[in-house]
Amino acid sequence: MCLAIPGEVVEVGVGRPELARVEVSGVRRTVNVGLLAVPPAPGDWVLIHVGFALSVVDEAEARATLALLEELGQAYEDELAALAGSRID
Amino acid sequence: MRFVDEYRDAETARALAARISALCEPGRRYTFMEVCGGHTHTIYQHGIEDYLPEQITLVHGPGCPVCVIPMGRVDDAIHLARQPDVLMTSFGDMMRVPGGDGSFFDSNAEGTDIRMVYSPLDALNLARANPDRQVVFMAIGFETTAPSTAMTLLRAAAEDLRNFSVFCNHVTIVPAIKAILDSPDLRLDGFLGPGHVSTVIGCRPYEFIAREYGKPVVVAGFEPLDILESIHRLMLQLREGRAEVENQYARVVPWDGNPVALRAIGETMRLRPHFEWRGLGFISHSALRLREEYARFDAEERFEVPGVRVADPKACQCGEVLKGVLKPWECKVFGTACTPETPIGTCMVSPEGACAAYYNFGRFTRTRVREAVAGR
Ligand code: SF4
Repeated sequence: MCLAIPGEVVEVGVGRPELARVEVSGVRRTVNVGLLAVPPAPGDWVLIHVGFALSVVDEAEARATLALLEELGQAYEDELAALAGSRID
Repeated sequence: MRFVDEYRDAETARALAARISALCEPGRRYTFMEVCGGHTHTIYQHGIEDYLPEQITLVHGPGCPVCVIPMGRVDDAIHLARQPDVLMTSFGDMMRVPGGDGSFFDSNAEGTDIRMVYSPLDALNLARANPDRQVVFMAIGFETTAPSTAMTLLRAAAEDLRNFSVFCNHVTIVPAIKAILDSPDLRLDGFLGPGHVSTVIGCRPYEFIAREYGKPVVVAGFEPLDILESIHRLMLQLREGRAEVENQYARVVPWDGNPVALRAIGETMRLRPHFEWRGLGFISHSALRLREEYARFDAEERFEVPGVRVADPKACQCGEVLKGVLKPWECKVFGTACTPETPIGTCMVSPEGACAAYYNFGRFTRTRVREAVAGR
């Protein structure tokens, strides 16, 4: 749960204004973007931690973070599996 | 990968390493603490210590949220899970953490229903889906995670959910750093400030470290070059006789933090007078609990919580590891009785824990090789 995973926002305001669809490692998930002072727009990258977008980052940062996470191996796999099992609405 | 190379370029790393070396004063030793488990991970994974001159030692701090939960709180959570109708939820990392009487997994084998969730919002969903159960969320984590719990509480209040509560174990990083600074065991020359925590709290809360303790702090990113650059900045400050807070990770960390997140925490939580940390003992004003206005969502109000206190196992030296006094491999049970499969201490449970990071990467650092040879 310590990890912050980058995802690309594909749709905002899904059901409620603070929810957004985000693509993480090829899978689309709903996350809560209510902690961001400025709501993100499609195409923005966000760092996701326990179902919430913590911050908006640029694409370079997002890709670098992904590379670091992929090197983690199992821990990252576990986090992705947990994220895949999560249902936020 | 164009993007990644920017943060990994070996030549830049060597150039930074050379500049760091050039800043070392002869005969002086430098000890820096990386507060955050994420940094520990990068340091091992990329062998950062191999780039550094021998005069510089990195020690690992208490910034692994799973590692600092005392055994008694695990036992308290299991006690809650045993109450009639309770459905306990927790992050996956907590499931194997040993309490005085086994872990959540052990407890489930004896009939409790403690489920892993990815997000506190999943726990909220379970409450909506199971109106006949009392869903309790075991909240852990530093300021990185507390806003998520806070937002979930605000949601629960808006929906007036009657069967959801939080067993709050959120901790705050600054009092832990202060406790380490005040501890006589360790002499530190500076800190690599945590990355994600700082996205929430910003950089100002570290200013007392520079002002009152005269130690530099550089909030650092997680890439290998981030860490090297941050160490370089610490060395520069020391060389120039400065002690300041710098933000090396400004591309993600705003100097003033995240006001929305801070507001959500402030609205739902307040500081506890004191809280026990594994290995570090009681630290004043170092943890959060729910505000009176949210008492109906507070598992400690809704249920009887025994407040168990359990001494850490004798063999366990997590406290020393969390304070950076001992390197993980110096613990007597490291890698023998204590492994990620059969953890004795929490530092071995979470992949961010210093012991697990050491174990997984099997790094024989320079010091380790040296001391192993000397000890022969
Ligand atoms: S090896 Fe195990 S018992 Fe020893 S400090 Fe690490 S986690 Fe604690």
